[in-house]
Amino acid sequence: MSDFEIVTRADFSDVTFLLEVRHPLMAKAAKPGQFVIVMEHEAGERIPLTIADFDRDKGTITLVIQAVGKTTKEMQQNCRVGTHLFALVGPMGIPSHIGKAKKVICVGGGLGVAPVYPQARAYKESGAYVIGVLGFRNKELMFWKDKFGAVCDELIICTDDGSEGLKGLVTAGIEQAAARHSDIDEAVAIGPPIMMKGCAETTRKLGIKTMVSLNPVMVDGTGMCGGCRVKVGDRVKFACVDGPDFDGHEVDFDDLMARLARYKPTEKEALEHWQTACRLRSPVNAVPASAEPPKA
Amino acid sequence: MAKKKTIRSIPQARTPMPEQAPEVRVKNFEEVACGYRMEDALVEAERCLDCADEPCVRGCPVGIDIPGFIKKITEKSFHGAYNVITDTNLLPSVCGRVCPQENQCEGVCTVGDTLEPVAIGRLERFIGDMAIDKGWANVPYIQRQPFKVGIVGSGPAGMACAADMAKAGCEVTVYEAFQEPGGVLKYGIPDFRLPNPVVDVEIDKLKKLGIRFECNTLVGRLFTLEQMLTEMGFHAVFVGTGAGYPSFMGIPGESLNGVLSANELLTRCNLMKARDFPNHDTPLQPGKRVTVIGAGNTAMDALRVSLRLGAEKVICVYRRSAKEAPARAEEIHHAQQEGVEFHWLTSPVELLGENNTVRAMRCEQMELGEPDASGRRRPVPVAGSAFEIETDMVVFAIGTNANPILGQTSGLKLDKRGYIATDESLATSIAGVYAGGDIVTGAATVIQAMGAGRRAARAMKAYLGLRDSDSIYAAEGAESAPRLFGIDRRERGHARVHLG
Repeated sequence: MSDFEIVTRADFSDVTFLLEVRHPLMAKAAKPGQFVIVMEHEAGERIPLTIADFDRDKGTITLVIQAVGKTTKEMQQNCRVGTHLFALVGPMGIPSHIGKAKKVICVGGGLGVAPVYPQARAYKESGAYVIGVLGFRNKELMFWKDKFGAVCDELIICTDDGSEGLKGLVTAGIEQAAARHSDIDEAVAIGPPIMMKGCAETTRKLGIKTMVSLNPVMVDGTGMCGGCRVKVGDRVKFACVDGPDFDGHEVDFDDLMARLARYKPTEKEALEHWQTACRLRSPVNAVPASAEPPKA
Repeated sequence: MAKKKTIRSIPQARTPMPEQAPEVRVKNFEEVACGYRMEDALVEAERCLDCADEPCVRGCPVGIDIPGFIKKITEKSFHGAYNVITDTNLLPSVCGRVCPQENQCEGVCTVGDTLEPVAIGRLERFIGDMAIDKGWANVPYIQRQPFKVGIVGSGPAGMACAADMAKAGCEVTVYEAFQEPGGVLKYGIPDFRLPNPVVDVEIDKLKKLGIRFECNTLVGRLFTLEQMLTEMGFHAVFVGTGAGYPSFMGIPGESLNGVLSANELLTRCNLMKARDFPNHDTPLQPGKRVTVIGAGNTAMDALRVSLRLGAEKVICVYRRSAKEAPARAEEIHHAQQEGVEFHWLTSPVELLGENNTVRAMRCEQMELGEPDASGRRRPVPVAGSAFEIETDMVVFAIGTNANPILGQTSGLKLDKRGYIATDESLATSIAGVYAGGDIVTGAATVIQAMGAGRRAARAMKAYLGLRDSDSIYAAEGAESAPRLFGIDRRERGHARVHLG
């Protein structure tokens, strides 16, 4: 098996970074839409991360991480090339269904940009016309433009401040794509819940079937804890084994967002505890305490 | 020759086991029952009549030679007792603690017809713990066979099957999805009933048999069962993945924050050590007024864990009466001693929230009506009896459904409820693949899962053309055993290596 060695690291911004981890078996097994669970160290938390890429020849999988809470900030600090993750298990979840769609929109917002890449590539390989819609806060935070460019027939970049591409949210990008193309078969949207909710509302009006990838709080990722239960239509599903992809027009995003907030106070406590410990160890490298953005 | 014991000549009272006082133990995660001291064990062992009938052996799912090991204790041959137990059960420290002996060996004990039955479980634990303490491990002489066996799941079923297949000479690999092996023994059963270090010692014994444990491996998704049999070269595979998928009731308010499954509560607390937050990163929002729905062993664990996490009030809600509660009597008794409040004949109908967080549970009073299909009297609501329980954490411990992963990823035939379909020998619909434990039967006990693991191992040995025996005998006509690192062949006539 693998010892989860980190073979590449790239920093896209001061919060977003990429890790390429050696795991030949997983690289062979991974399919678009699947996720892994990572533990950075022995006393760490198990966190789910969507697989952003996999390379069967190199035997690696790629994760793109946003340092927002204790665990991810700690990973940002500790995960260097040549170091090892304590645990990495997957691929988990039902792979995305890459159907016979002729024309699709692949929407990625913020952290969701990376995990929508394997789906865009798979659609391209299946012969579909792929329109990529990627959203970032600003140009500085943008990454993988070229990588998407290589698998998309059209690429629409949206930034909140207009520093690159369209000024506005990814929903504006979807509307622009829909205005140009009346024959879009389906859409895939990955990102923070509020963004996926907006995308689903937009595509509902346009009558475009939309799949979203949910990343709720979970422990084992194998169907055992039930922490990741989500409301889809009138049913309760476990995102880890029944998903993570669901019909965006059926998902109850408000429920998802409320449930994502349930460990907020303890997450804050963990972060503060760790930052205090960091300061004590190394006053120079202290990580500034900052308001925590919502976990995507 | 000692005089034959009679029911009148043996110590009349069952020897009590020292326990932590309820008011002390409720503040720690140390074991509740401290275990027999040697003098306790020697007295209790005298209570076994060594009767000809041996109903206890038949009452044991793995068929431990119970009178045999107890006799060794009376002779103060503790290592001998350990050898007898480990002929059939590699995990005496685990089973001595968590088996429901009152329904098994002790439930049919001859002494129990007249007096309280012999405390078989406590004696088994005494021997198991002594073995850990002294570093005993029995590694039988293993005759290598050219077979690779894969085990999916490192819980009690997988461990038992792995041990038998390793003893039969197979090269055994156990796959586990979590970061450490042990399954429910690690994530589910809390340390005050079964300390995780005890499980680790037992797993180390399996490693001494040559068994390899591969953690962080989700079979079905990382590779399939079919791949194991083809590209990976396994000659036989055993699936013991456990039941896994927790049930909820489907009442309004279940997605409120503060509502979770017992599996989630226990996994966070036990395996992920949320009780040591923030030194361990996994959080657990502690409840002040915790309500647990259900009255099985898992519910008792959830209730007692909640007390230890600092809850002020811990309530058990069960729709039938105490008599129907599936938990072991001892567990309910312990929970009561520790201050758990039991609301029998009470069924939740709705969870009420505020700011997305649960604040109360609306319940109905029930009464027992006519017997249902299970033969138990069916609880029916009493009209106009609704009332509210104030609560900030609600834990569902009402059982589990079948985990879907292997069904999704292989050609395994499932039964109507989604569990793996097997025949009598525990063979599945795929040749060479066997299954046992909760993923076949639905939620049951640790020892039942171990029994299933061993039963499957027998069938797997037959499938591979291996001789089935509990221990490996030296080949006939072979040189006398002492060449093999001090094997003692006198004991029940089989070869055995003593380590430590």
